[in-house]
Order: sequence, then structure tokens, then C-alpha cells
Amino acid sequence: MTTASSSVSSGRVTGKVAFVTGAGRGIGRATAIMLAQHGAKVAVADRDADVAQEVVDTIESMGGAAALAVVDVADEDGVRQVIGEVVDRWNRIDVLVNCAGLAGIQKPIHEVTTAEYDRVMDVNVRGIFHTTKYAIPAMTNGGSVINFSSIYGLVGGASAESPYSVYQASKGAVLGMSRGDAMMYASQGIRVNSICPGFIDTPMVAGFLERTGDAAAARTAAAALHPLGDLGEPDDIAYGVLYLASDESKFVTGTALVIDGGMTAA
Amino acid sequence: MGRLQDKVAIVTGGSGGIGKATARRFLEEGAKVTIVDLSRESLEQTAAELAGLGDLLTVEADVTQEDQTKNYVDKTVEAFGTVDVLFNNAGIESKIQPLVEVTVEDFERVQSVNVTGVFLGLKHVLPILTAKRSGSVINMSSNGGLDGTLYLGPYITSKHAVSGMTKTAALEVAAYNVRVNSVHPCPVNTRMMREIESGFSPEDSVAAEKDFASRIPLGRYAEPDDVANVVVFLASDESTFLTGAQYRIDGGMGATP
Repeated sequence: MTTASSSVSSGRVTGKVAFVTGAGRGIGRATAIMLAQHGAKVAVADRDADVAQEVVDTIESMGGAAALAVVDVADEDGVRQVIGEVVDRWNRIDVLVNCAGLAGIQKPIHEVTTAEYDRVMDVNVRGIFHTTKYAIPAMTNGGSVINFSSIYGLVGGASAESPYSVYQASKGAVLGMSRGDAMMYASQGIRVNSICPGFIDTPMVAGFLERTGDAAAARTAAAALHPLGDLGEPDDIAYGVLYLASDESKFVTGTALVIDGGMTAA
Repeated sequence: MGRLQDKVAIVTGGSGGIGKATARRFLEEGAKVTIVDLSRESLEQTAAELAGLGDLLTVEADVTQEDQTKNYVDKTVEAFGTVDVLFNNAGIESKIQPLVEVTVEDFERVQSVNVTGVFLGLKHVLPILTAKRSGSVINMSSNGGLDGTLYLGPYITSKHAVSGMTKTAALEVAAYNVRVNSVHPCPVNTRMMREIESGFSPEDSVAAEKDFASRIPLGRYAEPDDVANVVVFLASDESTFLTGAQYRIDGGMGATP
């Protein structure tokens, strides 16, 4: 048996260097902590230094290895700099988790301003372009890139409890970039996959539900979209990322892991 | 503490390449496992290979037969007390020929194992899972359950059927917190692919293998463990928000035209 199929459940990514964006809150936070629990050294990237530092402290208090990387992924120079610092410290990158994302504006497209459109695309799409651009050359020993799309990259939604077209366009773009990069880098042993969560109980979703004006009603409606009957937890997604980050998935590339409580099966 | 500690799992086609690799991973992660296969001899050989890894039961069954399906479920409950996981894995390939040359008999034989077998497994295991409001079923489809390919008509048909049955089952049992997902490997390094290679290229099956592998972006077939690893994830409580989904293990084939 290979190391990847050892019976030890801990240490599934031992020794790997992971760069996780949006790691200060929600799914990114859960992912950073889970990767560290399983033996990875984790660069905790977030534009909010306070929440990122809390995650670094949490990982270090567990005996894990973490580095603070304060950056807005929409800022190319900032991304280049923090990835350079991680490579200086840990020599390479093995896992890139592109979790940073915005729900953005909840307005029909004919009301959206160009600036609003640009901000969503700058974070959700261009941010992934930036981190991928600078992380790939640091994946000197192969690697795994995990890009956050969404069920709204797969299906449409245009009600109070679903984000509108700009978000959906950004998440569809992520699927396309992931497939293209998967083909481009397969020969270098770098795998690129997307992950498509349903509604997950995170600050981003909470904020989005608040902005509908009736958070409780919106939460109930959002829960009802999932045949399993509720929103998911950040760990539900973090486990999927752990699988894609580990060598257990060494034959998986160019695909999308859907974790949505059955929502898109209907 | 294994990732499947104390869960009871059934693996059909448990003596084949993927079935055996998965049974091994299940045992390593702490599950009690029933392996189901057609021949007593192959079951005994597999049991010998897996000896010492944990609690293992072997049950001879033709998955196309309802009474034999009921029997492997009953025997499992008798031995281990319940069922938590079903890996509906048993399947056969079809002859390499255009659809118009396929006999009705051959067509129905493939549907019978690959579709009826999966249906019967669901029919007899889901009531146990819904009654206890937990459990996971993983159905073996194929990249050929999502995409088409030449000259494997009955097989491709059957694997698409599994995709549809999986989604329906997932929706029907979601309210009971029971999950049903399908897995979709591209060619895996097993007996089945040796048959398909010989079927495509009787004089030079190695050339057929090279040709298939060259169409996979990662440049090789899947190994049984590549499939087993995702089945462990889907069987475990790590994936409790995951149902009705289709997981590819295909070296990037799904991203190609």
C-alpha cells in the first residue's frame, strides 16, 4: 500500500506547504485549521490581519505550523510579495486553496454598477489568477490547486435567497479556469480542481442573508433548497479540500467536487 | 480511531480489483466488511488476502437476483448487527461492438448486473438506513456514465442509468439523513480493462492500453486505490453534507472535449 492509503487518519497532508486564501473566516478558516491538524504547514492569507492572526494563533496553540499572510487577493503586488515570503520560509508550495470570495451585490444585473461588478470579479476570479500565477512556479514538487466555485457556478438562482448574476458569473469563470489550468499543468504533476459548496453556515452567508432584510426567513428558505434539510458546516467543505489536497486524490484533476446537501441532484 | 470506525459496510463485486482495494481500505479504517461476489473461490482467495485486517464476512451472491441480494443483506445484519454503508460496485463490461450489432441478450445481461444489481442493493439496504436515519450508499458508475464513447453501448447505457438512479435515490432518502452518491472513474487498472483492451485490439492489446492512457491528461490509468480513497471519503462522516453528487476520478478526462 502507498502512504496515501495508510490506515492512519491523522497526517493526511503531513509535510505539505499550503497557502489558503480567505483563511480568516468561515470555510477558509476551517480549512486552514484542518490542513494544519493533518500535518500541513499553512500560510493563513486574509485581508483582515486580526482574524488571520487568530487563525495563526489557533494553529500554533495546537502545535501546528502557520504563517500570517495579510493580503487582498485582488492586489497582484501584494499576492506576489506574500507568496514570495512563504517560499522563502518553507521553500515551496504544495497546496493552494483559493477560498477568498465575495457574495457581492444582490441586485438584478440592470442595476449593477461597473464598480460593483469589478470588485466581485477582482476578488473571485482575478484573485485566483494572481495566486495561481505566483504559486505555480513554487510548486516544484507537483501540487494541488483547489479553487472555490459554488453551486451557483453550476445552476442559476434569482430569488431573495440566492445571489445574483455577477456572483454566478464569477463562479462559472472559476470552473473554466480550473479546467484549463488542469490541462495546462497535468504534465507537471499539478492538479487543479474546483469545489462547489451549497449554502454553508459562514459569515459570508450570514451577511448575505442579513442583506435580504429578513435573515430568519431567508435562512429557512436557503435551508429548504438542500434536500438534506439544512445549511452545511464549514468542516463539511474542509474535509473535501483535505481530500483534494492529499495524495489520496492524486488521480483527480479538472473536476468539481460538489458538496451541497443534494441541492443540484434535483 | 479509523475514519470508518465500527461502521458496517457491504462491498459488492468485492473480489474484483476496485472492490477488493476498497474492502481493504474500509477494514484499515475500522469498518466491519461484507464482501459479495459470484464465486466462492474468488471470495475465499480475497478473504485470505485481507485476513487479519478486521472483521470480514464473505457472501456468495448473484446481484441480479433479489433473493440473493436479500440474503447478503440479511447475513450482514446477522453477523454485524446492522448496515451503515453499501458500495454497489459489482459490474461487467460489454463486448466491443457497435450498438446495431449488440444482441438483445447481451444488452439485457449488462443492464441486469450494472443497473438491476444496483437497484436491488438500494431496495434492500435503504430501508435499514432510513430507519436509523444515517448511512451512505456509493454507486459505481464510470466516466462512461457521464460521457459517451464508441462501441461500448450497453455498458455506457448502464452507467448513465446508475447516474440517474443515484440522483433519484438521493432525493428520496435525503429527508432521512441518508446519502447516495456515484463515483465515475476513467479506465482503472483491472481485469475489466484488460478485456476491453483485447476487445478493441485483439492483436495488440498493449497498443490499445497506450492509446487509452494517452487520452488521460495525467497520462495513466487509475489504480484501484485511487477509487477506493474517494469511496472511503463518501462512506465516512466527513461527507455528511454530500448527496446526489457525481465524483470523477478520471485523471482530468472530464475536462477534455
